[in-house]
Amino acid sequence: MINKSLKQLSQALAAKQISSVELSTLFLDRIERLNPTLNAFVTVNREKSLKMALAADARIAAGTAGPLTGIPIAQKDIFCAEGWTTTCGSKMLANFISPYDATVIHKMHAEAGLVSLGKTNMDEFAMGSSNETSFFGPVRNPWDTSRVPGGSSGGSAAAVAARLAPAATGTDTGGSIRQPAALCNLTGLKPTYGVVSRYGMIAFASSLDQGGPMAASAEDCALLLNTMVGFDERDSTSLDRPVEDYTRDLDKPLNGLRIGLPKEFFGEGCDAEVMAAVRAAIAEYEKLGATTVEVSLPNSHLSVPAYYVIAPAEASSNLSRFDGARYGYRAPDYDNLEQMYEKTRAQGFGAEVKRRIMIGAYVLSHGYYDAYYLQAQRIRRLIANDFVEAFKHCDVIMGPTSPTTAFKLGEKAADPVQMYLSDIYTIAVNLAGLPGMSIPCGFVGGLPVGLQLIGNYFAEGALLNVAHRYQLATDWHQRRAAIE
Amino acid sequence: MSLTLEQVKRIAHLARIEISDGEALTTQGHLNGIFQLIEEMQAVDTRGVEPMAHAQDVSQRLREDAVTEGDRRAAYQAVAPDTEAGLYLVPKVIE
Repeated sequence: MINKSLKQLSQALAAKQISSVELSTLFLDRIERLNPTLNAFVTVNREKSLKMALAADARIAAGTAGPLTGIPIAQKDIFCAEGWTTTCGSKMLANFISPYDATVIHKMHAEAGLVSLGKTNMDEFAMGSSNETSFFGPVRNPWDTSRVPGGSSGGSAAAVAARLAPAATGTDTGGSIRQPAALCNLTGLKPTYGVVSRYGMIAFASSLDQGGPMAASAEDCALLLNTMVGFDERDSTSLDRPVEDYTRDLDKPLNGLRIGLPKEFFGEGCDAEVMAAVRAAIAEYEKLGATTVEVSLPNSHLSVPAYYVIAPAEASSNLSRFDGARYGYRAPDYDNLEQMYEKTRAQGFGAEVKRRIMIGAYVLSHGYYDAYYLQAQRIRRLIANDFVEAFKHCDVIMGPTSPTTAFKLGEKAADPVQMYLSDIYTIAVNLAGLPGMSIPCGFVGGLPVGLQLIGNYFAEGALLNVAHRYQLATDWHQRRAAIE
Repeated sequence: MSLTLEQVKRIAHLARIEISDGEALTTQGHLNGIFQLIEEMQAVDTRGVEPMAHAQDVSQRLREDAVTEGDRRAAYQAVAPDTEAGLYLVPKVIE
């Protein structure tokens, strides 16, 4: 049961082969057994989960169930969920019980009837690529527990890879869904900016943050995405557009699909064996009827530098709300208001978060704003324009998701710059606001490799189709980590 | 570009983060490494390029000036470090 797809689980629930309470219990028991090894969940609440499962069973019995009603899911701990501790991986929010639901939480649970299995571990405030910056300790990769699961949605990735949950949510500001999906053999989708509401999703860099699904297949992701999207007047950048069924085009044949291969993604900087797996996947696509064309993203090498100005600038502004006054941690001893702020923030934030806040404060400060912040925004435009040009020649762009497979815990933790470079292929997509996916495409030394798919604006349906057809022809996505 | 120790301390103050001399020294090394990465931008000629603040070129939505949210003060203040009579308590700022 634990390895079944969402569609199969939905059918089993509808046919009364299993109840949501039984199904949720199966996963809660696995969490209890395996989470001490993996540290994928930071909050589990069996009582709350089973109450949701009971309600789902009642909906199923009453014939008012949606396609995913009763299916358990893991929520990244960046999403505020009423009555649940919502920590964002930080000491700052270690005791914060959210008084309200994020829109994504409301849609998935109150509307779609999914059951929450709990909140997953993550890099503190989503700032990290290895899940090592979490206040609650690192997450271990189920494929090799001496290695990282990627980040920042590392807990969600490890949870699904170890089948502690059938699927999970993640958020992606610079690669935080796609990179952990690649490192844990999952399918992950970052939608077009503005498609999934950011209301109640604790903000890191507001012009880049986007929530999305992480699951075992493109089909599962499509079903989940259907429950997550929609216009939300509570998010000022939410886009008001017609609702789509993302499963609609899953089966469309790929004949005539034009795959753009950016020459910048196929040069130096990527592990040779990872690259070989990516090239083999592209060859498989050619067998499925696709053709390839070389394209260029000439400014892509500037995406990491521009990102590390823009994201910290937005973070320094967003995280100014954590001041010890209204919620979250407050330092125990201080003499005046300024000390209360400074000590609260010094004690409540971890080192990586402080670094990024400080970079942001600097690039926004008087005398440096033009040289750094405005320059980065101009480069952001150049990067977005590169994609506009590339999509004149192709329907989808492909390349590696991550330049390496999962690295060892501690391997890059001491050098922020080395850590930042693990997102070289994913960041440009966020800067442009495009949808992107990672899908399993092979293994190197027993560790998963991800193929990145980048689509034009609002091409989530097309990306899911491209991913699904590959998954019908290959079985990489069905390989499971041997952890018991 | 290279940040001095004094600059690092000033940035920490701007960000309202208390920093010890020892932390400032470590932070200086890390920030200078990161700025070395960022410096790559400076060689690019971006004259005439419109800065891009957002992925979608949409303008801010307006709505009716009407109350749409209920009163949830008690729920929101329940998570505050210190409150009294519906107010958030902080150290005295005006004598």
